[in-house]
Amino acid sequence: MFESLQARLEEAIKRLRGQARITEDNIADALAEVRRALLDADVHVEVVRRFIEDVKAKAIGTEVKGKVLPEQLIVKIIYDELVSIMGTTKSELIHAPAPPTVIMVVGLQGSGKTTFAAKLAALLRKKGQQPLLVAADVYRPAAIEQLKTLASSINVPVFSMDGADPVNIAEESLHYAKKFARTHVIVDTAGRLAIDDTMMREVESIRERIKPQEVLFVCDAMIGQDAVTTARTFDERVGVTGVVLSKLDGDARGGAALSIRLIVGKPIKFVSTGEKLEALETFHPDRIASRILGMGDIVSFVERAQQEFDEAKAAELEEKIRKREFTFEDFLEQLRMLRKMGSIRELLGMLPGMDKALRNVEIDDRAFTKIEAMILSMTPQERRNPRIINGSRRLRIARGSGTTIQDVNRLLKQFEEMQKLMRAVTTGKVKLRNLPAMMGTPWKRS
Amino acid sequence: MGFFDSLKAKVQAVAQKVGDTLSFDRLKEGLAKTRSAVFGRLASLVRGRTLDDALLAELEEALLLADVGVRTTDRILEGLRQRWRRSNTDDPDAVLDAIKAEIAERLLAVGERSSQKGELPKPYVVMIVGVNGVGKTTTVGKLAYNFQREGKRVIIGAADTFRAAANEQLATWAARAGVEIVQQQRGADPAAVAYDTLNAAIARGMDVCLIDTAGRLHTKGGLMQELEKISRVLKKLVPDAPHDVWLVLDATTGQNAIVQAREFAKVAPLSGLIVTKLDGTAKGGVVLAIAEEFQLPVRYIGVGERIDDLHPFDAIAFVEALFAEQPSVPQSVE
Ligand SMILES: Nc1nc2c(ncn2[C@@H]2O[C@H](COP(=O)(O)OP(=O)(O)OP(=O)(O)O)[C@@H](O)[C@H]2O)c(=O)[nH]1
Ligand SMILES: Nc1nc2c(ncn2[C@@H]2O[C@H](COP(=O)(O)OP(=O)(O)OP(=O)(O)O)[C@@H](O)[C@H]2O)c(=O)[nH]1
Ligand SMILES: [Mg+2]
Ligand SMILES: [Mg+2]
Repeated sequence: MFESLQARLEEAIKRLRGQARITEDNIADALAEVRRALLDADVHVEVVRRFIEDVKAKAIGTEVKGKVLPEQLIVKIIYDELVSIMGTTKSELIHAPAPPTVIMVVGLQGSGKTTFAAKLAALLRKKGQQPLLVAADVYRPAAIEQLKTLASSINVPVFSMDGADPVNIAEESLHYAKKFARTHVIVDTAGRLAIDDTMMREVESIRERIKPQEVLFVCDAMIGQDAVTTARTFDERVGVTGVVLSKLDGDARGGAALSIRLIVGKPIKFVSTGEKLEALETFHPDRIASRILGMGDIVSFVERAQQEFDEAKAAELEEKIRKREFTFEDFLEQLRMLRKMGSIRELLGMLPGMDKALRNVEIDDRAFTKIEAMILSMTPQERRNPRIINGSRRLRIARGSGTTIQDVNRLLKQFEEMQKLMRAVTTGKVKLRNLPAMMGTPWKRS
Repeated sequence: MGFFDSLKAKVQAVAQKVGDTLSFDRLKEGLAKTRSAVFGRLASLVRGRTLDDALLAELEEALLLADVGVRTTDRILEGLRQRWRRSNTDDPDAVLDAIKAEIAERLLAVGERSSQKGELPKPYVVMIVGVNGVGKTTTVGKLAYNFQREGKRVIIGAADTFRAAANEQLATWAARAGVEIVQQQRGADPAAVAYDTLNAAIARGMDVCLIDTAGRLHTKGGLMQELEKISRVLKKLVPDAPHDVWLVLDATTGQNAIVQAREFAKVAPLSGLIVTKLDGTAKGGVVLAIAEEFQLPVRYIGVGERIDDLHPFDAIAFVEALFAEQPSVPQSVE
């Protein structure tokens, strides 16, 4: 259902092919696809509208030049726009001039507040700080017990008071923290709906009493259109200083991150990626941008590829393929370039659609070594003209490379298929995203 | 009587039936709660208008804002267009009627095809599954209470042995509902707990056996297999157990809920949905896509954190709430 944006764009963008310039008219279909993709990723309707307008304004008039395909160009414009909206990577906590630094954790029911509070305490402890966790959720059954269990696994004390109300508990916890020289106070509050006025008043009061440096809004990455309404209300009432995106270890596209960032304007300070207490990460705008677009990391792929591939060589290669002169020598060169660019899995993972495909695939880097050895055992003549490789030559190559004759046969067969495919690519019959299929051997389905 | 009204009558008949198995007063009360903001705005927005592009765009936006999703929204609007072409009436509420009917019919079609088992088996075994934090444990507590109030003898099994204080949380709910509970220490095998629970249910002559499971993201293969194991183990004692497996969905969840349903259906014989947290501003529109695509009816809705905040699903009320007023988005702060 969620095909990559790039793949969808390819269809929509046919009208752009051969055009010199992007115009309002020829970009319309593509933008409609972008809109769908963003909505599928749960970006807020209104945010999508504004975003599309921005992208349109930026794209119109842009020249389509060189080897860059129009869809790549548009993806790049969108991606850059997304990253720039997502803003800085900065995820540092605001610290109090004198300890303790007070942090309040708020959000909807079940969003991951208590888990996050414990994770943050664990992180601070690892950095040599002395955090205190405060159990200010007196409503949810066993909420205090939950916090205590988590805290004891990381050796962090918990402040709680039987029968007291959350405002008092929070206030008292500050005295306790000062007395016992705690550097940070992390207040875990109960989950609440933004429209629950009584409960919202409660967090307002807590805030007024304890004057936290940070009010972190924990937001489930799976949240839909309601993200905006909720985040905005929390911000209006308690003054959110940062957002924590939780449950990012799933496959939700996390469009809420964009909506909240754009509408509420607050930085995302952490991402929570699991139930275990180590699973806390800093926020990377570029990663979430790719995720929202559902496209693997096509942009870094393009960028890295551009860095590594010598332009002139690439042009030469293209020419060769067109003339059907692609040889084992070229193949070897390609293989080595691929290697230089990083591990194969990492590289393929950056291709659109490959993330999923790779999930059940075991990539064997050694297979590449084998291929390299076989090619090196060929004579220059053989490399240039594989057709002359008969039975006895095959045997020689196998022996020379420490492989079997079956290995050599397979390589030759695949090379032939690859040549065919490459031709298809250059004539536009096959899309780049099918490229991995032509590389047959090096991995196997598990 | 408009088409929508006749539909409503039909639904009320079904609701009566379901209501027999649950407390009907609380149902009505709960609906009032979901309906609180309801229809006013859309009704006045749509009244007297014809179905032109501008109105279609407004309706599209309302559906998207309710998390119905692009694909399902397209389909609903297409259905609406056809319905509109066929109809010829000067009823000023015709458009409103048509869109409500278009959506409600989809939900009801699923509900009718797969509902009504007649007499419940004994013990009636239900497994509750879903991703983290959606409200499974709370829902188990509420379900236990509902069944208990009908005079059924209920036992619940704490097959979440992973989450910190999951045991204590469920024990609190069991006590509130006044039902029995089976648990083991944290870290125990969840399938073993489920087995023990059903064993106890049979031995003690219980009517209903509810199994709470740990939250798990559908992307985690190992944890998903654990669910398979739980239902396998139950079968050793009761061959056709679990009789129902309900997937709990949080109404705030967006399009990812579709993937959740797909993946959970692969490891457990899902027979229905429970949508929680409908007392908030989220509308849970994604269940329209899920109900249709996977033929899964919505069984109950959760409308609060109290023990009596669980109600049988009412398609009409749900549809009406979809269009309830939503605050508009303010200007960007940047
Ligand atoms: N997979 C995953 N699960 C998470 C993550 N963060 C929290 N959870 C789980 O989500 C569920 C709810 O987490 P809690 O920390 O209890 O959420 P909460 O916001 O404190 O909930 P309330 O206090 O009831 O409002 C638990 O099952 C957690 O283990 C995460 O990043 N990834
Ligand atoms: N407002 C509201 N809150 C709900 C509803 N159902 C559950 N909750 C709250 O949501 C939070 C999570 O509920 P749980 O029952 O612990 O969820 P769970 O699915 O068992 O969570 P895990 O076992 O950690 O995966 C709690 O704070 C509940 O009180 C509902 O219908 N409305
Ligand atoms: Mg909590
Ligand atoms: Mg639970």
